[in-house]
Amino acid sequence: MVFFGGAGSAGGWSGGGGGMGGNLRPNSLKRSTDGWDDDELGSVYSHRVVTRMAKMIAPYRFRLFLAVVGVLGFATMTRISVLAVSGLIGAATDGDMDRLNRWGLAYIAMAVLSAAFFFIQMTSTGWIGHRLLLRLRKDMFAHLQKLSLRFYDNNEVGRVMSRITSDVTSLQELMTGGMLTILGDVVGIAISVGVLLYFDVRLTLVTFTVVPVLVVTMAVWQAYSRRAFVRVRQAIAVVNANLQENVSGVRVIQSLSREDENAKRFDNINRQNLNANVNAGLLSAAVTPAVEVIVATATALVVAYGGYRVMNGHLAVEGLVGFALALQMLFDPVRDLVLQYTQLQRAMAGGERVLEVLDTKPEFEDDPNAIDIEDISGRVDFNHVSFNYVDDVQVLADLDLHVEPGETIALVGQTGAGKTTITALISRFYDVTSGSIEVDGIDVRKITHASLAHRMGIVLQEPFLFSGTVYENIRYGRPDATDEEIREAAETVGAHDFISRLEEGYGTYLHERGMNLSVGQRQLISFARAILARPRILILDEATANVDTQTEVVIQRALNTLLAGRTSFVIAHRLSTIRNADRIIVLEHGRIVEQGKHDDLLALGGRYARLYRMTYEQHALSSSANGDGARAGSSGNGHGNGHTPALKPAADPAR
Amino acid sequence: MKGRKLPVTIRLLSYAWNYKGRLALACLALVGLTTFQLVGPQLVSYAIDTGINPHKVDGGFEVDGSTDTLLIAALLIVGAAMARGVFQFLQTYTGEFVAQRVAYDIRNNIYNHLQRLSFAYHDKAQTGQIMQRATQDVEGIRMFMSLGVIRLVYVVVLLIATLTVMVLTSWKLALVTWIFIPPTAAISIVMTTKLRPIWLEVQNLQGRLGVVLQENLSGMRVVKAFGRENEEQAKFDAEAQQLFNYSYRTNRIQATFGPILNGVWAVATVATGWFGAYQILHGHLSVGDLAKFMLYLGMLQMPVRSIGFVTMFWARASTSGQRIYDILDAESAVQEKPGAPDLAHVTGHVQFRDVSFGYDAISPVLRRVDIDAQPGQVIALLGQTGSGKTTVVNLMPRFYDVTGGKITIDGTDIRDVTLASLRRAFGIVQQDVFLFSATIRENIAYGASDATEDDIFEAARLARIHDFIMTLPDGYDTWVGERGITLSGGQKQRISIARTLLLDPKILVFDDSTSSVDTETEYLIQQALAELMKGRTTFVIAQRLRTVKSADQILVLKDGRIVENGRHEELIALDGLYRQIYDLELRDQEEAFERERERLAEVKGEPETAIAGGGD
Ligand SMILES: Nc1ncnc2c1ncn2[C@@H]1O[C@H](COP(=O)(O)OP(=O)(O)OP(=O)(O)O)[C@@H](O)[C@H]1O
Ligand SMILES: Nc1ncnc2c1ncn2[C@@H]1O[C@H](COP(=O)(O)OP(=O)(O)OP(=O)(O)O)[C@@H](O)[C@H]1O
Ligand SMILES: [Mg+2]
Repeated sequence: MVFFGGAGSAGGWSGGGGGMGGNLRPNSLKRSTDGWDDDELGSVYSHRVVTRMAKMIAPYRFRLFLAVVGVLGFATMTRISVLAVSGLIGAATDGDMDRLNRWGLAYIAMAVLSAAFFFIQMTSTGWIGHRLLLRLRKDMFAHLQKLSLRFYDNNEVGRVMSRITSDVTSLQELMTGGMLTILGDVVGIAISVGVLLYFDVRLTLVTFTVVPVLVVTMAVWQAYSRRAFVRVRQAIAVVNANLQENVSGVRVIQSLSREDENAKRFDNINRQNLNANVNAGLLSAAVTPAVEVIVATATALVVAYGGYRVMNGHLAVEGLVGFALALQMLFDPVRDLVLQYTQLQRAMAGGERVLEVLDTKPEFEDDPNAIDIEDISGRVDFNHVSFNYVDDVQVLADLDLHVEPGETIALVGQTGAGKTTITALISRFYDVTSGSIEVDGIDVRKITHASLAHRMGIVLQEPFLFSGTVYENIRYGRPDATDEEIREAAETVGAHDFISRLEEGYGTYLHERGMNLSVGQRQLISFARAILARPRILILDEATANVDTQTEVVIQRALNTLLAGRTSFVIAHRLSTIRNADRIIVLEHGRIVEQGKHDDLLALGGRYARLYRMTYEQHALSSSANGDGARAGSSGNGHGNGHTPALKPAADPAR
Repeated sequence: MKGRKLPVTIRLLSYAWNYKGRLALACLALVGLTTFQLVGPQLVSYAIDTGINPHKVDGGFEVDGSTDTLLIAALLIVGAAMARGVFQFLQTYTGEFVAQRVAYDIRNNIYNHLQRLSFAYHDKAQTGQIMQRATQDVEGIRMFMSLGVIRLVYVVVLLIATLTVMVLTSWKLALVTWIFIPPTAAISIVMTTKLRPIWLEVQNLQGRLGVVLQENLSGMRVVKAFGRENEEQAKFDAEAQQLFNYSYRTNRIQATFGPILNGVWAVATVATGWFGAYQILHGHLSVGDLAKFMLYLGMLQMPVRSIGFVTMFWARASTSGQRIYDILDAESAVQEKPGAPDLAHVTGHVQFRDVSFGYDAISPVLRRVDIDAQPGQVIALLGQTGSGKTTVVNLMPRFYDVTGGKITIDGTDIRDVTLASLRRAFGIVQQDVFLFSATIRENIAYGASDATEDDIFEAARLARIHDFIMTLPDGYDTWVGERGITLSGGQKQRISIARTLLLDPKILVFDDSTSSVDTETEYLIQQALAELMKGRTTFVIAQRLRTVKSADQILVLKDGRIVENGRHEELIALDGLYRQIYDLELRDQEEAFERERERLAEVKGEPETAIAGGGD
C-alpha cells in the first residue's frame, strides 16, 4: 500500500534519559523523556522483530499454514458471494427459475464454506497466538532470572513488568491478529477489485478515482495520529508508575501527610493522560466520517455513471447491484488496513521493547567451562580487588583479604564503607572491576552460579520475605528440608517462640514482604532461611540489627556451634556481636585499615578501639570522628548548626 | 454507605451519569446517525427503481429512467454521507470523551482511596493485584463505556429503525430476514454466558501472574542468593500455563460460536437474496428494493453480532467493576470523625491510657499500656523483637486505631481531631526505610515540597548525610533507584532521617532508625539532634543500649506490656529486664574499658585525653 511509505520516524519523541531519568546507566532499559518507557511508534516494520518472530513461529508451521488457508478462504468466500447476489437478480430479471435456484444453491455453498474457513482461521490463529504468548512469557522470565543485579538496580520492577505483561501481548496480537488480518485485507482488496473488474472495467476505473483521495487522507491522518498515540502510551505508563509507587510507598506518604500533594500531582498526570486520550479519540472520530464520505462519493459515482451505463445497455442491472455491493466490501479492508497500520506500529514498538529485554546481555553468564563446586572447604580469597558500581565512584580499592576455611570474619566500618559490597562480590552479585575473588582457590567467575549459591547462606541487610507461609519462607533456603529441620533452624535463631505464638504457627501466611511481622521477626526468619541452606560460607549482613540484645545472645550461643567449620562473614554495628570473631576487619572507604582479633585491635588503640569505646562512652573522641564526610574533606559539624528557619528547636507550640 | 448495594453496572453507569449532557448529545447524534444511515440504501434503491427504472415487460426487463434523477440521487448520497459523517463524529467523539472521563474519575478515585486506606488494608494488599485493577480493570470499564453502553443504544435504535423500514418496504421479505435475528442474538448471548466465567478466571490469573512476577523481580536478590531461579521459573511457568489454558478456552469458545454466528448470518443473507429474487421474478418486488435489503443486511451484520460483544463488554465490565469496587468500598479502619477540628497548638504531651491493641481480633499485641510523655521529654522504648514497640508508635498517628483505652495529645483524644493535623504533629522515621525512585533531593523534600535548598542541606547535615551526598558526581540530583537500592543501608536510613527532620514536627519518632548506622556516625547524629530535640517530645526505639541510655523515660516492653519504666540509673538499680540487657550488652565493654583506662593511665599517665578528648 502506498501510504505505508509515509511512515517516518517519530519526530520529537525519541528517547534519551533526561528529566527525572538522570543519566542513562549501563544495563538499563531505554527511558523516554519522562523517565519511563521509551515508547516510540517508529516504523511499521522492524526487521529485527519480524525475523525473531518468524523464528519463534517456525515450529507452528502447520498451524500457520492452516491459518493462512483459513484467512484466504474466508476473504475469498465473503467477497465472491456478491457474484451470487448478482446472479440471483440476473436470473430473476431474466425470469429463469432454474438459474435462480442454481445461484441460490451456490450462494448457500459459499456461506457454509466461508463459515468453515472462518472456523479454521479462528482456531489456528488462536492456538498460535496463545502458544506464542506463553512461550514469550516463559522465555522472558527465564531471561530475567539470568540478568544480573545491576540490571535490577537500574530498572524499576514496574517497568520490567509492563514488558512481560503488556508488551508481549501487543506482539502476540501482531502475530495472530495483525499479520493475518493484513494478509486477509490485502487478498480481500485484490479479490474485490477482481470482482469489480469482472462486472465493469470502465465503472471500476471511474470509481477508483477516489482511491488517491482516500490514500492521501489516510496518510495525513496517520501523520497526526501517530504522535497522538505515542502520547497516549506514554501518558498511561506514567500514570501506572505513579500508582505503583503510591501503593508501595503508602506508609511513607501517610506518615509524611503527603496525600493532598500527591493527589494534586496524580490528578495532573491523570489529566494529561485524559487529554492525550481525548486528543487521540478526536482524531479517530474524525477519520471514519471522512472515509465514509469518500466511500459515499464512490457509491454516488457508481449510481450516476453506472446507472447511465445500464441505461445505455453497457451494463446489466444485476451487474450494477453486484458492483455496488462489491464496492462496499472493497472499502472495508481498506479502512481496516489503516487501523492495522497503527496496530502494526504499536506491535513493532512492543516487540522492540520485548526484544530489548531478551537481548539485554546478562552482565555475566556461567562460563562454558564453569565447574560445579560440591564439597568445598570454604576458603575465600580477595586478590587485589577493586570495584565500583558506577564509573568514577570507587567503592573497593585494591582489597586484599585471605580467609581460611572455617574462619569467622567480622567486617566493621562506617556506613557506606563497602561492607555489603564485599559480601555481594563473594556471591557474585556483581563482577569485580579488577583483581579476583576465589573460593577454594577457584575464581568465582569459573564456578556455576547455582553451585556457588547453594554453598552459600546469606542474610541480606534488608530482609525480603515472599508472600506465603512461614514454612515456605524458611524452606526457600533448601526446598527439600523437612518441617522438623525448619523448626530446628527457627529454634537456632530464636524465632521458634514467636512463630509458635503466631495464629497458625508455621502455617501462618505472611503477606507481601512479610508485612505482618515486626522488622526484627522478619530478620529472624530470613536468618533461619539462610541457616537451613546448610551453607559452607555464611554471610550475615547486619542479620540482627533490628533484633534485641537478649535474642541476639541466644543466637550467638547457637551460632558458636553452628559456625564451627563454616567460613562466615559477619557485619554488625553492635560490637558485642562481633567481638568473638576470629578476625575483625576495619574498613574505611573501601580499604582495610586495621585487622586482627578484638583484644589486639583494642590494644592497638586505633579506629576499632575508638569505635568500641564509643558504644558506651558518650563523649569519646568526638572531635576526631567524621561521618562519611571525611571523604569530602569538610564535615558539617552537626551540633550548633541547627538554626535554619525550618529546623530550629521547637520553641512555640503553635505552628 | 448508600449505593453500595446497587448492582455494579448501575454504579459504574452513575459515573457516566455525571456527564449526562454529553451523553444526551451522544444519543441525539446517534439518532441522527441512524437516520442518515437508513437513508443511504434508500437512495440507492431510489436511484435504481426511479433513476434506471427497470421494469418487467413482456419477455423480459427494460430500463427507461432519467439521468437527471440519477444525478440527483448521486448528489443526495454524498449529502447524506456528509450529514451522517457529522453525526458519527459527534457520537464517537462524545462517547469516547465520556468513557475517558469516567476512566479518569475512577483512576483518581482509586488513587486517592488507596492512599487514604489505613495500614491494615495495605498490610494484606498485593501490589500486583492492585495494579491489575487500576490498569486492566479500569481499561475494561472504559471499553464498556465507549463500546458497550453507547453501542447498545446504537444497536437498539438501528435495529428498530431498520425493521420498520424493511417492513414498510416488503413485510414478507422482512419476515425472512428477521427470522434470523433472534437466533443470531441468542447464539451470541449464549456465547458470552459461556465466556463470562472463563473471562473472570482469566482476569484473576492475570492478576496472579502479576503477583508472582512482581515478587520475583522485587526479591531478585534473595532468588539469586539462594540460587532458586529454577524453582521460580517452575512457579511462573505453572501460572503462565494455567493462564494459557484458560485464555485458550476463551478462544475455543469464540472459534466455535463465531463461525456459527457467521454461518447463520450468511444463511440469512442467502435466504433474503433467494426469496427476494423469487419476489422479483413474480413481480412483487423491485430490483432496487432487493438491493436496499441487501445493503441493510450488510449494515445490520455488525450491530447484530455486536449484541454478543456488548454482553461481553458488559460481562467484563461487571467483573472489572466488582474488582474495582473491592478497593473503593474497602473502608479505612481509621476514620475521621465528621466535623472533627484540627489539632492545633501542640505542646507534645502524649498519653496512652490503658491502651490495648491487636492486629487481629484473636491475638492482642499491646495490653493495657500506659504512657505519659511530657512535652520535651525523650522516651525510649526497649524490648524484645515483636514485643510491640513499633506498634506503640504506629498507634499515635493513627496508622491503626486502638482497640481499647485511648491516646491523647495535650489531653485531646486523637480520634477527635482531623487525621491530617494529627499526623502533621508527628515526624516519624520508620523502621522499614522506603525511598522513592527519584533524586536524593526529591526524597528528602518528600514531606515538605516547598522546602528551600538550604533547608534540605541543613536537614541532610543534621542526619550526617550531606557530606556523602556531596561526594557523589551528581550530588543531590543523584537518582537513588527503586526503594533506594543504590545506597547502602545506613545511607538510606540517614536520608529517611533527613526527610523527617525537614518536617519540623512537634513530636519526633525514631523507630530503630540508626540500626544500620555505625556507632560513630550514630553518635554524631545524636549530637546533632540534641539541639533539635529541645522542645519536642521524642520517642526513640533502639536495640543498642547506648542510644537510649540518656532518655528521660525508658519503657521496657515485654509481650505487649510495659514491665519497667524509669531512667537508666533507676532501671539498673531495679535489677530487672533492663539490667539483664545492660549486662549482656554493655557491662563487659565498660569493664574492659575501665581496665584499659587504668592501663593507659599507667602507660601515659594522662588517660583523660585519650578517652574524652573531644568531649564538649
Ligand atoms: N547498587 C548500587 N549502585 C550504586 N552504588 C551503590 C550500590 N550499592 C551500594 N552503593 C554505594 O557503594 C558504597 C558502599 O555501599 P555498601 O552497601 O557496601 O556499604 P556498607 O558498608 O554496607 O554500608 P552500611 O553499613 O550503611 O550498610 C556506598 O557509598 C553506596 O552508596
Ligand atoms: N501489620 C501487622 N499485622 C499483623 N501482625 C503484626 C503486624 N505488625 C506487627 N505484627 C505483630 O505484632 C507484634 C508486635 O510487632 P511490632 O512491630 O510492634 O514489634 P517490635 O517491638 O517493633 O519488634 P522489632 O523490634 O522487631 O521491630 C509482633 O508479634 C508482630 O508479629
Ligand atoms: Mg519494630
